[in-house]
Amino acid sequence: MVKEIEKTGIPVVHICTVVPISLTVGANRIVPAVAIPHPLGNPSLSFEDEKKLREHIVEKALEALTTEVDSQTVFE
Amino acid sequence: MKLELGKININQVVIGTESKIVDGTLHICDQDIISIVLEDDRIASCHVEIANPGDKTRITPVKDVIEPRCKVDSKGGIFPGVINKMDTVGSGRTHALKGCGIMTVGKIVGFQEGIVDMSGPGAEKTPFSKIINICLVVEPKEGLEPHSYEQAVRFAGLRVADYVGKLGHDVEPDEVMTYETKPLLEQIAEYPELPKVGYVYMLQTQGLLHDTYVYGADAKHIIPTILYPTEIMDGAILSGNCVSACDKNTTYHHLNNPVIEELYAKHGKEINFMGVIITNETVYLADKERSSDWTSKLAEYLGLDGVIITQEGFGNPDTDLIMNCKKIEQKDIKTVIVTDEYAGRDGASQSLADADKLADACVTGGNANEVIELPAMDKLIGQLDYVDVIAGGFDGSLREDGTIEVEIQAITGATNELGFNHMSAKGN
Amino acid sequence: MATFKVVHYINQFYAGIGGEEKADTKPFKEAKVIGPGMAFNKALGEDVEIVGTVVCGDSYFNENMETVLPEVLEMIRSFEPDLVIAGPAFNAGRYGMACGAVTAAVIRELDIPAVTGMYEENPGLDIYKKDAYIVPVGNSAATMRKAVPAMTKLITKLLHNEPVDPVVDGYVVRHRKNFVAEFRGARRAADMLVKKLNNEAFQTEYPMPEFDNVDPSPAIKDLSQTKIALVTSGGIVPKGNPDHIESSSASKYGKYDIDGIDTLAGTNYPDAKAYYETAHGGYDPMYANQDSNRVLPVDVLRDMEASGKIGELHRYFYSTVGNGTSVANAKKYAAAIAKELIADGVQAVILTST
Repeated sequence: MVKEIEKTGIPVVHICTVVPISLTVGANRIVPAVAIPHPLGNPSLSFEDEKKLREHIVEKALEALTTEVDSQTVFE
Repeated sequence: MKLELGKININQVVIGTESKIVDGTLHICDQDIISIVLEDDRIASCHVEIANPGDKTRITPVKDVIEPRCKVDSKGGIFPGVINKMDTVGSGRTHALKGCGIMTVGKIVGFQEGIVDMSGPGAEKTPFSKIINICLVVEPKEGLEPHSYEQAVRFAGLRVADYVGKLGHDVEPDEVMTYETKPLLEQIAEYPELPKVGYVYMLQTQGLLHDTYVYGADAKHIIPTILYPTEIMDGAILSGNCVSACDKNTTYHHLNNPVIEELYAKHGKEINFMGVIITNETVYLADKERSSDWTSKLAEYLGLDGVIITQEGFGNPDTDLIMNCKKIEQKDIKTVIVTDEYAGRDGASQSLADADKLADACVTGGNANEVIELPAMDKLIGQLDYVDVIAGGFDGSLREDGTIEVEIQAITGATNELGFNHMSAKGN
Repeated sequence: MATFKVVHYINQFYAGIGGEEKADTKPFKEAKVIGPGMAFNKALGEDVEIVGTVVCGDSYFNENMETVLPEVLEMIRSFEPDLVIAGPAFNAGRYGMACGAVTAAVIRELDIPAVTGMYEENPGLDIYKKDAYIVPVGNSAATMRKAVPAMTKLITKLLHNEPVDPVVDGYVVRHRKNFVAEFRGARRAADMLVKKLNNEAFQTEYPMPEFDNVDPSPAIKDLSQTKIALVTSGGIVPKGNPDHIESSSASKYGKYDIDGIDTLAGTNYPDAKAYYETAHGGYDPMYANQDSNRVLPVDVLRDMEASGKIGELHRYFYSTVGNGTSVANAKKYAAAIAKELIADGVQAVILTST
């Protein structure tokens, strides 16, 4: 899915847990997520801490979108 | 470790007032079985139905299938650490009731319980149409939470299988097979000229409804470890999971693991079968990395020349499969992987979510997206309410006349990734 | 009289009518061998005879595909052939499209085999390979001498109703098809491993695919002026799954309006305006059902929108279920979604997967 959208010239950041799949399917900007059932959350945290964690991941994603890349890049 | 496996062929199952095995006929008292199921007060009701091969019967939603077995003149019981007390199994003698299975059926927990047809085109896709199924149709107490429901049904199936298995304790088996794997150094010394082969056994462990248990331990928390193959024949590994029906390994599959059987068949002739490395399929990337690091490390440590790697489920477990394959190949150990495919209904799409050129030897259980039409049956065991929403079903899967159009994904065991079936797929 | 009858489909150029200026030639048939058909007729031997040739101009075919295809099929049918040959088209794009369309339609509608030849980069190859038998050939007519025997080998087998295989018979894999093998999978795996250990030849049942990559799009310059859209394969939908997106092998995607929605509430939220959940059958749904922001971070992006960090969160999010959904379908949905996103002026996409 990432590739089809990226083809049109819109930058896509892929937030996903299984980075190797993302690399295999050809995403160019990749941000690792927490876990498959809750990529942008962690149920063991308090509501506030969990939202902070999510903010942090989205910040990373925005950083990826504003960074020029010339090949597949994982933003850890 | 040496195990004698006595096979008792069951040709008929009769419900009556007594439970016993006489001349290949298994008599069961359904009231006894129902009370075993209802020992767990999370289950509201249960009834027992028999489905025979060739019957015009549809069973759904099917959760697990378990072959009844019991330990004979040995310490420990079947399914150790779960329904019998913790003890190392895999040696001594075990009796198995061949040709029948305990099948748990009932309202779905998740999305991924399956369909078993006892005749017609659907029956050709599932191994369970060829055995007599003793179906436990259960109804949970209202409002029971899904984890709890799954566990209650899983335990009920195991308790009944244990009870029925014990009926074979004093019966003379029709055939006795002997399997033996020795401690590492002795096993290496026994066939020093043959290539040392291991089996990397991937267990689905992605959390609620996707779990597998090893001696009662939730396998998502294990670090890959080594088992004697015969331990698995005594129920060391059992299924607590509801991945898509087609490629979930039921407890029946674990007990009768075909890779272990085939490697034993070549043991001492073409290969030296050293043992089983079990590993998991988790939801965290770090866990995937750790587990595949360990399978490759253990394969190296055992001095293996080659391994077969089997998968359970699909999608991100394809990554676990490829990681295992890649890391083991990088240690100059040859691999064959066993998987299945999701190539789209027309078969024209890419089959796996992950791939690597080192995975150059692959066996497939077929394309799970292939669509099949299942004609209406005379009898239904379970309920049809869920056909449209189970994995492989779609809006309109169930037609008014009782015909069901689904992907074979919805059929229990159809594209098994242990290589249980004859089905494969090829470029056409 | 030959045992097998074959019809040959060619374009105006190979029929000797003319080049680009005659590309609008309407379809016609002749009960004889024309152009490259001679080479095929000879190579196929006395058992096989090309009984007729159907010709159509490449432009005419491509511009009138819907009406011309049934016409061409009818002409082919009139010869009562056992098999159809089209082209080969080499690297000619429109000719490749025509040859692909004709072979695919013959197989589908007339239920007889049909074979064409194309260069690997011919656009017709990707579009029609799943149905048509396409033999890879060189990129120009100069390679005709190699193309004919390669295609002939496959044609002969198909005429004799012999089983064919892309690897053995040298054609592009059409699709994966299930079949019942002689031995169960575990036995096949054990046999394959023994061969591999002994350094003997073995054949994998699934050759690993190669994934093609796309060039990265340029980075966003100013986030505060950027309209960002959310897309997920994690199956987040309004509670009740109004579009009935399947738990696995999704046949569709959903588009949901989040105008005025500040958070994708789940069961963890007592008094939300609207509730969300996941339709995905491939992972434990509990966490997403408690709080769908865990899959699609609407809450955080709304905050960033309010603070001016990002320009705007697009008013729709798109959702499908990645579980068991074929790559081809995922591609199709993404292409449709991308089209809408561009039309709506979206400048960046955050795509989340479970």
